[in-house]
Parts: sequence; C-alpha cells; structure tokens
Amino acid sequence: MIKCIMNGTVVLKDREIKTDILIENGIIESIGDFTPLPGCEIIDAAGKYVLPGIVDMHVHFREPGYEGKEDIETGSRAAAHGGVTQVACMPNTDPTCDNAVVVSYIVHRAKEVGLCKVHPVGAITKGQKGETLADIGKMKGAGAVALSEDGKSVMNSQIMRLGMEYGNGFGLKCLCHCEDINLVDGGVVNEGYNSTMTGLKGIPRAAEDIIISRDICLAESIGCPVHICHVSTWSGVEIIRAAKKRGVHVTAETCPHYFALTDDCITTYDTYTKVNPPIREERDRQAIIAGLKDGTLDCIVTDHAPHALKDKQVEYNLAAFGISGIETSFALSYTYLVKSGVMTLPELMRKMSYVPAQILGLEGGEIKEGAPADLFIADLNATYRIDSSTFLSKGKNTPFNGMEVTGKVVKTFMDGKETYSEE
Amino acid sequence: MLRHKDLLGLQYTEPEEIQEILDGAEGCFDFLCSRDPKHREDLKGRTLVTLFYENSTRTRTSFELAGKYLGANEVNISTASSSVQKGESLIDTGKTLDSMKIDFIAIRHPMAGAPKLLADNVRASVINGGDGMHEHPTQALLDMFTLRRSKGHLDGLKVAILGDIKHSRVALSNTFGMTKMGASVYVYGPETMMPQGLERLGAHAAKSREECLEGADAVMGLRIQLERMGGGLFPSLGEYAKFYGVNEDALKLAKPDAIILHPGPVNRGVELTPQVIDGGSSRINRQVTGGLAVRMSVLKLLAEYRDCCM
Repeated sequence: MIKCIMNGTVVLKDREIKTDILIENGIIESIGDFTPLPGCEIIDAAGKYVLPGIVDMHVHFREPGYEGKEDIETGSRAAAHGGVTQVACMPNTDPTCDNAVVVSYIVHRAKEVGLCKVHPVGAITKGQKGETLADIGKMKGAGAVALSEDGKSVMNSQIMRLGMEYGNGFGLKCLCHCEDINLVDGGVVNEGYNSTMTGLKGIPRAAEDIIISRDICLAESIGCPVHICHVSTWSGVEIIRAAKKRGVHVTAETCPHYFALTDDCITTYDTYTKVNPPIREERDRQAIIAGLKDGTLDCIVTDHAPHALKDKQVEYNLAAFGISGIETSFALSYTYLVKSGVMTLPELMRKMSYVPAQILGLEGGEIKEGAPADLFIADLNATYRIDSSTFLSKGKNTPFNGMEVTGKVVKTFMDGKETYSEE
Repeated sequence: MLRHKDLLGLQYTEPEEIQEILDGAEGCFDFLCSRDPKHREDLKGRTLVTLFYENSTRTRTSFELAGKYLGANEVNISTASSSVQKGESLIDTGKTLDSMKIDFIAIRHPMAGAPKLLADNVRASVINGGDGMHEHPTQALLDMFTLRRSKGHLDGLKVAILGDIKHSRVALSNTFGMTKMGASVYVYGPETMMPQGLERLGAHAAKSREECLEGADAVMGLRIQLERMGGGLFPSLGEYAKFYGVNEDALKLAKPDAIILHPGPVNRGVELTPQVIDGGSSRINRQVTGGLAVRMSVLKLLAEYRDCCM
C-alpha cells in the first residue's frame, strides 16, 4: 500500500519545507515533490503541517492493574489523538513492572492494540520498594527500554548507585523521579505564598533539587548517563545546567504544565491541579522555558497520569496526583513555546520526538527517507478551547479544560497506518 | 448583606461583610447577657447541621447553641458513628444532608479546602468551623468582636500573635480579618513554625518576641499542638515556653491596657503562664460568649442571604 501526503509543510530535523511524502510498507520511501502514481492513497495536507510522531518518554498507561484509570488500548488511542506514535510507560502498575513477565505482557498487549509503540520502563527495585534490584537484565531481554522507580525516588543512595551501575551494564538508563520523601513530609502543593493562603501543605523545591543533585553526583562518579524526570524548579534547572557544563552525561525532561501554569491555579482547590512534582511559581515557569530554550532541558514529556473521576472528586489532600496530558501536549507546547516565539517549530519537534528517541535509543523520531512512517498532520491555524470530554483517554483530569490553545492534530500515522483521524 | 451563600474564610470576605457580622453580633451579645428566658425565633423552621471531622468542644457547642438560641432545629453528626466510617465521601455525605432540606452546615475538617468542596456540592450554606491549616473564620470574628468591644474600634490597633503560625488556621484568619479592618498584625514564633509569604499576606513577621509584643493592643497566644514536638518543630515545652511563651514580664512590653486572647484550649504554662491566663487583662472566657454571639450573627445573615438570593 502506497500513501502520498501531498502539499503539506514538512518538518524535518532542522528545517521545514513544503513538499510531499511517499510512504510504502510503513516506511518513508521518499520526500520531494512528485506526481502520485494512480492507485495510491492521496492525503491532502495543503495548508497543514506534517510533523514527526511525538515520542512521549514518560506516560502511565496503568495496565496491568489500574484499568479503571486507563488501559493500553485507551492510552494508545489517546496517544494517537495527541500526535504521539511512541511512548515509554512507567512501571507503577499492579503488579509492578519489575519483571520480564509484566514487561512482555505490556509489549504484547500494545502490539495487539497496534495504535502506538509502547516501550515499557522497568522498576529499578523489586516492587518499587527501594530495597533489592529488580531483574534488570531479564526485563531488558523482554523489551524494557529504561529503568525508573517512577512516582518516588530510591531513597537509599547505595541502592540507587547499584541500580544505575547494574542498569548501565545492560545499556539501560535510570529515569529519575526526584523527590526526597522526608522533605515532602505529606506535602501536596508547592511550598510558598499559595500554600500558606490555601492551608495546603507545601513541598519545598529542595525536596526535588536534593535528589536531582544526588543522582547527578552518582552518575558523575560512576561515569554513566542519567536522565532527570519532570523538572519543575528553577533551581533544578540551574543544577542540571551546571552539571552539563562540566560534562556530566545528564539529560532532562519537563512537562507542559510546568511551563504553562503557575501555582496560582491551586487557590480554587481544583484537584486537577494536583501533580507531583507540584506546579510551582512564575520564577520556576520562566526558568523552565529558558532551560528548554538553551538546551538544559532536552525534551518535553507529559507524565500522562490518567485518573478516574472518583480519584479526584475528593478533598485536595486525598486526591490522586497526576494530569491526563497526552492529548494536550502538542497544542500546549506549540502555543507556549512556538507561537510565543521561544523556539522554532523544528526545535520544538526535536524536543518532542527526535531527542527523546535518542535518549532511549529508539528508532524514529524524525521525518527522513528510510525511517518508519511515524508522523502526524496538524492544523496550526486552528485555535480552540481544550475540551476534556473529547479526550480518548479514560482520564479527563486536566487543569487545562477550557483553555484556548492553537494547533490541532488532524491525522496520525504509525508505520504508515492511520491511528487517528479527526473525521 | 453578605455576598456569598457560604462563609468559607475571611480571605474571601469583604470588610463591609465583616463589619456587618460584628455589628450583628452586638445585639446577639446583649441578648445573651440579658438572660432573657424567651428563645428567639429568628431561625424558626430552619435546620443547622454540625458536621465535625475533628474533635472540638467549644466550637461545636457554640455552633449548636447559636442555632438553638435563634430557634433553629439542630442536628449534630459525629463522623465516628456515621456513614463516614463506612467510607462515604464528603460530597456524598453533603448531598445526603442536602436532600434532607437543611439550611446550614457547620463543618470542621482536618483538610484544607474541604468546606469549599462541600459548599460547591450542596445548596445549604456552609460555615467553615476550621479546615486544616487554612481558615477558622468564626474564631477570628470572635477575636475581632472581643477586641472591638474592648477598644471600641479595630483600625490602628496592633495585634500580636505568638506561636505556631505556620499550622494555625486561627492566625491566618485573624491576619486576613484584622488587616481588612485596619489593624496591624505582628506574628512571631519558632522559625520552624513560620509560613512563607507572610508579608505578602499583610502580616508583619516580627524578628523577636519583643518586637512582636511592643505596644500591642492585644496579645494572642496560639495553642501549641503537642504532637508537633514529635515532628521536631521544637525541642521541648520548656524551651518553647522560655522563648515563645508570654509571661507577665514579657507582657509589660505591650500597652498597659492590652488584652489577652487565646483560641483555647490553653496549655497552661506553655504559650501563656497561669498568671497571664487568669490576670485582669485576660479576655479568654469572655471570648467564648463573644463566639456564640458572632456565630448567631453569621447564621442570621446567611439566612437573610438565602431568603434574598437563593
């Protein structure tokens, strides 16, 4: 089957050009102006952009165990709706993804669904308990692409060091959720003026910064790469910037809610604003944007954390942490980073596709001849209000509902197969 | 006329509304002092539910009696023996009560924002009787009422609040209320018990006990939660009393006619010495009567709002 995406503006790794794309057997056969052969499927992208499929290296698809919040099928559909063609899913499932059986289950279930390339991330320790290393080598064999204790840090620095070292032996990086649990001390929002105003217990920046620093120190002393998850603090950006400057092999991600929101949004006690790490202040938001611009922060992920209504329709303290973000990530990033002039569209797409694929060692992440036809078509003139009722994810928990954004995903293709279409 | 169906906190309340509540409380206070045997009938046919998720003696009794003295039906729900124990959510509990056609819910809850969650989901007027570290508006209103009765006004007064400012809903509500009415609020406590953003809130974070007390018209000692010691926020009660407590000597820094307030229950010899608690400047017991008057006033004004705007 041959598909031709005609007349669109195609975003390559370093530039955008008005051209056509020919897809054959799921591969981008050629890029260039041509007259389509009779019999091939024509997709008209006139007036629209053709972008590399997003690689979201931090999501929660909840399966196995929490299918009430999300499963691999709804997660994959939501991903496709968001222009996402590959994800790395975090191990805080039930049972924990800390062994080859669960890794294989996720890989096989995702293939059955066939709407998104789902790469499991294995837990660093058994049961995410922070005590003994999980079967890291076996998980790698079953398809795990990285290690993470997501949702918490391995608090024992010695265990963390061993996890990093042992994982490195299998070419698996640790994706570090950075949070000193003793400093968090039951906090639910950023510690600052708004935590005082609302009476909600605050989490100091230091809780995040200390573990960012620790994990950078560990990686530096061992000499292995490390990846810092969802950076939310201005000071965390500084720590990573300094580490990169002295040559530490550290990469880092952030999420749209850290560059689009400040903690002013918590004053209504809207539990959809409850996320870990917490949404911080304007100074942090500005530093996150600056960090993305200067390359301190390498990539944008969603930390897509879908929850059932009942997990959020409770007192703020009792509500689950997390934002359902995979369907709003592109529009928010385009609106806050490209439309506002912080970076160009090819720069943004590198942070959303190419770089995360590189960090995890995945194929794809860019539009080029011979690459898998993972891409999406977007209408960058479409301005609309985010409406969570249109989400394909089971999780409608977004603080962005009703917010006006620009940039709409029209069609998504994975290996040349259409996985989402607006019509 | 109040502007909202609920009383959730003084940060959401306009100075005119506070004024109105305090003015209304004067009449209620006189009524309470007159020992008139006749019950009033202002709230006849209305129902007040007290829904307390935390232990309380004075606030709960005060709400109950405020309702009763105004002729309202009064029901109190103890969360220990209700469906809350069966895992019913706050929203469901609220909707169940609402379906019984009640008018007011006075709620106390250990979690900040719980009264708002309830208020957003019920037709009844919700009165915050203390939510976590957030607000305790009727306590601050009674402190303001007591101070205003003593000084005749609130504007220009200096109010000193000492203790665990960070975890105190009383300190926060008083900061909002007192500053809205023109008083200056000085707070002081161990650094581990001082919250962020105090100045932006309108309070003065004093650098010493002396700065806090000097020239004060009112001195409020906050109850120290003994479990905070386990959390390491302060080393011992003796040390706390020495550096952050108020004794007769320290009190000499305040104005000679300064009054002593305390939200109760008092840890004698910790935040205040017995001499200060029982001394001539203490208004701690009179505050309790004021609390009843203020809560009666709040109920009456919320009833007016419901008649007019709902």
